[in-house]
Amino acid sequence: MTYPDDAVLVLLDLTPSGDLASTAPGLLGAASAIGSPVALVIAGSAAGGGAPGSGIGSADGDPAVDAVQAPADRGDALAQAAAELGAVRTLVAESGDAVGALTVPAVDALQAAANEVGADVVLASHSIEGREVAARFAARTKAALAVDVVGLARDEEGAVVRHSAFGGAYATESAATFGTLVVTVRPGAIEERAEAQPPAAEALTVAPSGKPAASIASFEERVETSSRPALREAAAVVSFGVALGSPDRLPVIEELADSLDAALGASRAAVDEGYAPQSWQVGQTGVSVSPSLYVAIGISGATQHRVGMQTAKTIVAINKDPDAPIFDIADFGVVGDQFTIVPQLTEAIRARKA
Amino acid sequence: MSESLKIAVLVKEVPDTYGDRHLDLETGLADRGASDAVLDEIGGRAVEVAVSYAEANEGTEVVAVTMGPESATKALREALAIGADSAVHVSDEALAGADLGLTAEVLAAAVERLDVDLVLAGNQSTDGLGGVLPAMLAELLGRPHATNLDAIEIAGDGITGTRASDFGAMTLSTPLPAVASITDRLPDARFPSFKGNSAAKKKPLETLTAADLGVAPENPEAPRSILISVAARPPREGGVKITDEGDGGAKIAEFLDQNRLIGEAS
Repeated sequence: MTYPDDAVLVLLDLTPSGDLASTAPGLLGAASAIGSPVALVIAGSAAGGGAPGSGIGSADGDPAVDAVQAPADRGDALAQAAAELGAVRTLVAESGDAVGALTVPAVDALQAAANEVGADVVLASHSIEGREVAARFAARTKAALAVDVVGLARDEEGAVVRHSAFGGAYATESAATFGTLVVTVRPGAIEERAEAQPPAAEALTVAPSGKPAASIASFEERVETSSRPALREAAAVVSFGVALGSPDRLPVIEELADSLDAALGASRAAVDEGYAPQSWQVGQTGVSVSPSLYVAIGISGATQHRVGMQTAKTIVAINKDPDAPIFDIADFGVVGDQFTIVPQLTEAIRARKA
Repeated sequence: MSESLKIAVLVKEVPDTYGDRHLDLETGLADRGASDAVLDEIGGRAVEVAVSYAEANEGTEVVAVTMGPESATKALREALAIGADSAVHVSDEALAGADLGLTAEVLAAAVERLDVDLVLAGNQSTDGLGGVLPAMLAELLGRPHATNLDAIEIAGDGITGTRASDFGAMTLSTPLPAVASITDRLPDARFPSFKGNSAAKKKPLETLTAADLGVAPENPEAPRSILISVAARPPREGGVKITDEGDGGAKIAEFLDQNRLIGEAS
């Protein structure tokens, strides 16, 4: 089998139920900007957490999925989905005998795919699972590694990747001196989308490396009870700080978020106080977001928080303290009491939408 | 089962995130002179995990390891003050601006030389936010990795822990030797006591070069990731700031509407 000269190998994350994760369109879009995307999915190891690296398969993953879909069919379905997002070909690796091993089976599969395809750029998501597969793969093959990339281009000397450092305060570009460049792409950072391609699935045989791996004893999927958009990818984010004072007051914030179809975010202090789950935390040690609109309610705007949101296109701030640093970066700031301003804002938005 | 272990903890000197941080526009490196340097908070938490284990298991040895400029000695002294027994500082001008591959190679060589049972690190530093070094290190050392752990239990023959994964929580276990990383869900490092601070000054701190570790930073055979440009984004400027006079909410809605930020009714 021959592959395009400009092939870019793309490792796609899968959800616990075995579908392509939401990072797939951006990854394939990024690849198409610099070449022909060839996707790799690791079908046997889907259900469990994220997964290319998770390795949880039928043994303790999701028996229901296996009951209705044989692995080969699942591979075809994934190849079809990847083709719709721009993959010119999809390699389907089965890693049935590696059930329950962390990351290593996925690295073995990526190595086999790279040997097969001969791509000069290998992309993975900068998700927790994806970046560790890329990390071990780069270390194993002694390839140059560029992580948390927000843009890709190609010049006459090869692929050039763009990074955003210190919360967007600096933009840097890097490249490999020679050889394959392994890249992890920041989820949600790529807006380009690739054109759909005719589906072409191909089974990939993987020789296990036998490298020691941690065992996955169990996996508990995080249940998102909310119908709101995911924080990382949301076009609008409404965030609150510890000034909320009590989790009982959360509904006021939620109503505003829903009027804007926004995801909910929180400052670290609000998370530490237990007003919000950790997955809502925006900032240095939480999630970095770049939405079209970021509404900061009762958030002072410490550097820790700002680095996670200052690349938002428009920032609105509401704060009691006229000297709060958040006002230095807000496009529109109101000094006042959030408990009167926020409900009025929600009403006014509803009225304008009606 | 509890037993004495030898644990290497990777720590890092980083610019204090509570101040403004800068990149040198000539070199693209973190300008360490332009902001206060501190022990990375997550590295402090990793030291705390190791030291807590050592306190409960006599004979356990904790070694803090870093690669960085001369000034990084301060971060190592902080780790020693928390309770690490000794420290290793890989300091070499040829390593300034080292990419991830070279950094992993150096740290792997330093750890190998110490012959440790467990390598412990933070899941990601607050400046680089790469989150990949522990996995790279595990690959180079030929060891399993158990990373991004919200909870960790160290025993004499292995570790177990809860990995915060992309879609949920994963229970992991691995025998030793292994590489592990923890998240900031684990407790903050203790505040060093006066006694800890004075003891830290007397604890052994070894300084090594790349050559001491048999690593060639300028090896032209090894592909590297290199920086080709760096630019400061123009600082974001504040826009309109008004004081609420009873119509603050309505004023924001007007602003959002003018900027087409209010969606269609759904």
